[in-house]
Amino acid sequence: MSISPNTRRRTVLTGVGPVTGFGLGMDPLWQGLCAGKSAIRPITAFDPSGFITTVAATISPEQLDIRTIVPKNYRKATKVMARDIEIAVAAAAAAVNAAGLTTRGTADGVAPTIVPERVGCHIGAGLIPADSDELASAMLTCRTADGGFDPGEWGRTGMNNLTPLWLLKYLPNMLACHVTIIHDCQGPSNTITCAEVSGALSIGESMRVIRRGDAEACLSGGAESKVNYMGLLRQTFANRLAAVATGGDGIAAVRPFDPSATGTVLGEGGGILITEAFESAQGRGAQALAELTGFAARQCSCIDTVGVDLCDAAQDIASAIEGALHDAKTPASEIDAIVPLGSGIPNVDRAEAEALRSIFGARLLQIPLITLAPQVGICGAGASAIAACVAAQSVALQMLPARLSTAGSAALGVNADARVAGAATLRNVLVTSTGMGGQSAALVLRRLA
Amino acid sequence: MSARNDRSPSERVVVSGMGWVTPLGHDLETVWSALMRGASGMAPITRFDARTFPTNFASEVKNFDVNPLLKDPAVHATAGINSRFALGAAAQAWKQAGLDVKPARNMRRVGIYLGAGEGVIDTPNYLAANLKAWDAATGKTDGAKWAELGHRLMQASREIEQEPNMPLAHIAREFGARGPAYNCLTACAASTQALGEATSILRGGEADVMIAGGAHTMIHVLGVTGFNRLTALSTSKGDPTKASCPFDLGRGGFVMGEGAGMVILETLEHALARGAKPLAELIGFGSSADSYRITDIEPTGRGAAAAMLQALAQAGIDARGRRGDGRPLVDYISAHGTGTKENDSIETLAVKRVFGELAKEIPMSSVKSMLGHLIAAAGAVEFITCVMAIHRGMLPPTINYTTPDPECDLDYVANTPRAAKVQTCLSNSFGFGGQNDTVCVTAFES
Repeated sequence: MSISPNTRRRTVLTGVGPVTGFGLGMDPLWQGLCAGKSAIRPITAFDPSGFITTVAATISPEQLDIRTIVPKNYRKATKVMARDIEIAVAAAAAAVNAAGLTTRGTADGVAPTIVPERVGCHIGAGLIPADSDELASAMLTCRTADGGFDPGEWGRTGMNNLTPLWLLKYLPNMLACHVTIIHDCQGPSNTITCAEVSGALSIGESMRVIRRGDAEACLSGGAESKVNYMGLLRQTFANRLAAVATGGDGIAAVRPFDPSATGTVLGEGGGILITEAFESAQGRGAQALAELTGFAARQCSCIDTVGVDLCDAAQDIASAIEGALHDAKTPASEIDAIVPLGSGIPNVDRAEAEALRSIFGARLLQIPLITLAPQVGICGAGASAIAACVAAQSVALQMLPARLSTAGSAALGVNADARVAGAATLRNVLVTSTGMGGQSAALVLRRLA
Repeated sequence: MSARNDRSPSERVVVSGMGWVTPLGHDLETVWSALMRGASGMAPITRFDARTFPTNFASEVKNFDVNPLLKDPAVHATAGINSRFALGAAAQAWKQAGLDVKPARNMRRVGIYLGAGEGVIDTPNYLAANLKAWDAATGKTDGAKWAELGHRLMQASREIEQEPNMPLAHIAREFGARGPAYNCLTACAASTQALGEATSILRGGEADVMIAGGAHTMIHVLGVTGFNRLTALSTSKGDPTKASCPFDLGRGGFVMGEGAGMVILETLEHALARGAKPLAELIGFGSSADSYRITDIEPTGRGAAAAMLQALAQAGIDARGRRGDGRPLVDYISAHGTGTKENDSIETLAVKRVFGELAKEIPMSSVKSMLGHLIAAAGAVEFITCVMAIHRGMLPPTINYTTPDPECDLDYVANTPRAAKVQTCLSNSFGFGGQNDTVCVTAFES
């Protein structure tokens, strides 16, 4: 089972399932992106007025009713799904359908397309905070005289106000847990927790698992919602958010690679992609969107503790891109579009732009970037998975979606200003990601003949 | 017998350094001798006032100061306890591997794969914010009030340190590792999975060296609350050192531990080129998902068996085969062995499913009886015990074993360590949520 670069198996993407503020699946996302729309809107799930931002690209209850997505016999389990888990489960359903796979989740009792032992699952996740309403209401009987928390009473009685399965709502690996149960994926399974890079790292891991022969196909990607109290607070502490007061323009606030950018806007979302061995896809006559030809990951050697100092991350992002191009045996000259993190966080934008300049040189201004943040926000562990979904769709349709908000990106040496959607020749699309904590990853997707 | 002999030195993965920070000590020798004494790390919880909790004891790391192990402690001044455990274990492993004096060829080919848990929540301030923002009139949290309290009470560094990739960031900073970097968090399976995937990265030629392992602590109010509510923890009212009794008929749950285990994995080719001494060879890795239920383990042991079989297949070992002298090809299994009713009987079943008649001849013990359950860090620490067992020719015991359970009928190395010729070991880790991982390690032979 050892792998060698000469004999390794090819990996294709046979279905993608993004879940974003545009709704479930690729169709609403692609329509929204190409029409130049944005899913950024005022946060309504709670009063956000005390935070630096009051907007996010949220998914409405009408867009995502988890009970209608899971098989009937699994509805009970939706009670223990945190928001991030709901997004992952919905994304997996969309991806499996798009890939034309039959699983226990699509048709119980029918033979699955691929034997369960040969289906893996790698889903990136974030740190999922407990629901404040649930936790606070459980603690009400455990208050000290001054209104603080009384651990003694909590230990005696209070904790019993929490449902026995409380912890399981919030473990990061519960995204993959629910998805593997629903679709009966018994192969290698992992949960990668590296901030915005989690999705790309998970897709890369699936490719490695397929190459080494341990699975025929994997459900790969990531999902997260930081649109909650702790998520907003931590992103504020990390200096990553653009200020948007109540009534402010959230779409204009996020301007990837614009020299005047001040921060990003969060989104709820994620994406699952079906990564599949080329022979498996060919054998079942599946029409793949793209081939996944290259992957590499790197670490920058700084502690990005409060998001202020990215040190020399540019070198490490560039090194990841070089590694992925090498893995793909693709020269930089054959990359026709790039999906970066493109957050609008000034120092992160600068590091990404510098990395891209060092790889692509002057040609970078001719390579269109696909910047998703003004339309779907930055979706944490789901961000690079959504980016990969969009890259696959762009390659498959030979089309670039619209871009919003940004002006003057040439100053950073990149091609990211607002524009309308349009046809394009896309031989290869590069996806890059970098996140708080210093991880970076790059993926190369190739057009199939 | 083994596929590894067909592998080139660039595809063979060896262990060249190890380190751990555990409730029984903070260096290889101290912990190993404690395990050989059958010592227990359990005692009443000191990290918070747990007197009224259903479980008021745990296995805590005691008196650990990472600073003497660091080049410049000021760089890590904001590190949380989780990152400190990780740094301490990694510093030992780095030193044993001689990477300071015989450096790696290229730091961009030195990667990190951790299975580290999230950092410790700022409990008093976090709970105060939630409680004081409660609006009795609406029966909901007042968002504006929560935001005001959150900004005022909580601190940036303390919050960022809770991100599960922070131990990774600290280790990268300390050692200058700039290759592929991951953190995975598959609950109790995480650090075994990290070792396995790190090996896969090395074999695939993506790196020369990987720092791999895990770190975790959940000994805090909400961690104990969560596991108490799941009824997974021992709530024994007696002597805490007797509370963790894996495979015993009277077992009643696991005991929380904390700490870190880290190893340096590298290609044999790279180790030899820089003159490092291989301590052992990692020859197999298997990963599977139960895909059964969120709370229960698949009752026939299918998922656990699949992970072990995959690891053995990758190692080129026939589970049912014997050596020339009649011994099984696997000499020792480091059990997941949590001490919960369900885990220990199903793990036993899974081992029998894999090894058949031979299962009873293969000693399998749980160091969780002594160290407690280090959650995400457990697998890496248990992997290190396997390498120590290979070197010392001794098997660590399962302590507190008094009453056999008919459903657990294997050789658990009850209560006292045992001298044995140990060449090849399996180390099992199974996570809440159904992720199963097994690695296979063997004595290094050139």
